[in-house]
Amino acid sequence: MNKIISKNNHLLPGAAFLATMLKPVDAAAHLVTTGMGPVYDGIGHLLLTPEDLVPALAVALYAGLRGRAPGRRALFFFPLAWLLGGFVGLTADTMPVFPVSAFSFLLVGVLIAGDLRLPDNAFTGLTVAVGIMHGFFNGIALKAGPGGLGLLGIMSALFVLVAIVSAFVVSLKPPWTRIVVRVAGSWVAAMGLLMIGWFFRSQG
Amino acid sequence: MNLSIPFLVLAVYLVWVPSALAHVEQGQAVGFVTGLEHPWSGLDHVLAMIAVGLWGAQLGNPAIWVLPITFPMVMSLGAMMGLLGIPLPGIEIGIAVSAILLGAMVFGEVKPKLLIAAIMVGFFAIFHGHAHGTELPAGQSGLLYSMGFVIATGVLHGIGILLGLIHRWPAGKLALRGAGAFIAAMGFFFLWQAVS
Repeated sequence: MNKIISKNNHLLPGAAFLATMLKPVDAAAHLVTTGMGPVYDGIGHLLLTPEDLVPALAVALYAGLRGRAPGRRALFFFPLAWLLGGFVGLTADTMPVFPVSAFSFLLVGVLIAGDLRLPDNAFTGLTVAVGIMHGFFNGIALKAGPGGLGLLGIMSALFVLVAIVSAFVVSLKPPWTRIVVRVAGSWVAAMGLLMIGWFFRSQG
Repeated sequence: MNLSIPFLVLAVYLVWVPSALAHVEQGQAVGFVTGLEHPWSGLDHVLAMIAVGLWGAQLGNPAIWVLPITFPMVMSLGAMMGLLGIPLPGIEIGIAVSAILLGAMVFGEVKPKLLIAAIMVGFFAIFHGHAHGTELPAGQSGLLYSMGFVIATGVLHGIGILLGLIHRWPAGKLALRGAGAFIAAMGFFFLWQAVS
């Protein structure tokens, strides 16, 4: 055995890497809260909720496509609008049945896919509107749980997310990399259309 | 025989465990995986998606990105039709014809105007989308299923584009045309299956 192993030393790092990658980890089923407090619950909520995470990424991608100045505006306006909407949501009672977030998928996705330029004010208005709308739904959802501190967690996660993603997109120079971003936008728009379809199907 | 390979295979087998997916809430994880698998589960979908990428690569800029952007957006319209129960006649025939025509375009290195190529790809995307939209298993998340199949479709286009980049070499051009002929031939097989 030792002889075989010594003969094939070059395979050992690969085998060790493979074994590490395939090692089973805890399933962590029934994850309701992170157990690390309401701020982290809020961060976890954002990261584990595709209805919120995908539009947030999409806004960051679009801000990055538009350049440095819009990216900076989105970096501050978007999380603050989300927080504001969240606090309004904390006071609301009922969640709208219609998946309003589908429109943010569709709208931002189309803007990215078409690489469409908006006037500065319209761009800022878009980020604020999307932020307030998703924040509002988060506020309703988090009312019974982490509440305002959860919203602060979401806001801080959004700030980091928008900073990293939009800065990354701004830094992209080769033309094909912008095309990859636009293709991702078309996927987001497609998901938005499908969300509307799923809603009408569920309504029978 | 080098004995380390069987030992390595044995080690991989021993550490390999299937996903637990215990008590997954409302089938969320399964919905994404099902969506991700759906376009890969049928060779007709796979070949047509790859043909879109191959053709885009052959046509060059801007078709190389216009076609993969057009396809998922129009596909989602087709999926919406499926979700809303709007019938679309001849779905399987439409998918088979998409493989035939897209394969033929690659085989013939046909270079129509961009708008015509986009309309053609978009037209067939409706059939593929309708098939995806009507085939969600019960109890799974619609959004995650949608995300899965949109991403899987995009990945197939990406594979097609990457393979299509061989177009820059003379031998690659020939190989690409051969791939187009193969896809078209398979399309005729799918058509025969659909109508029989």
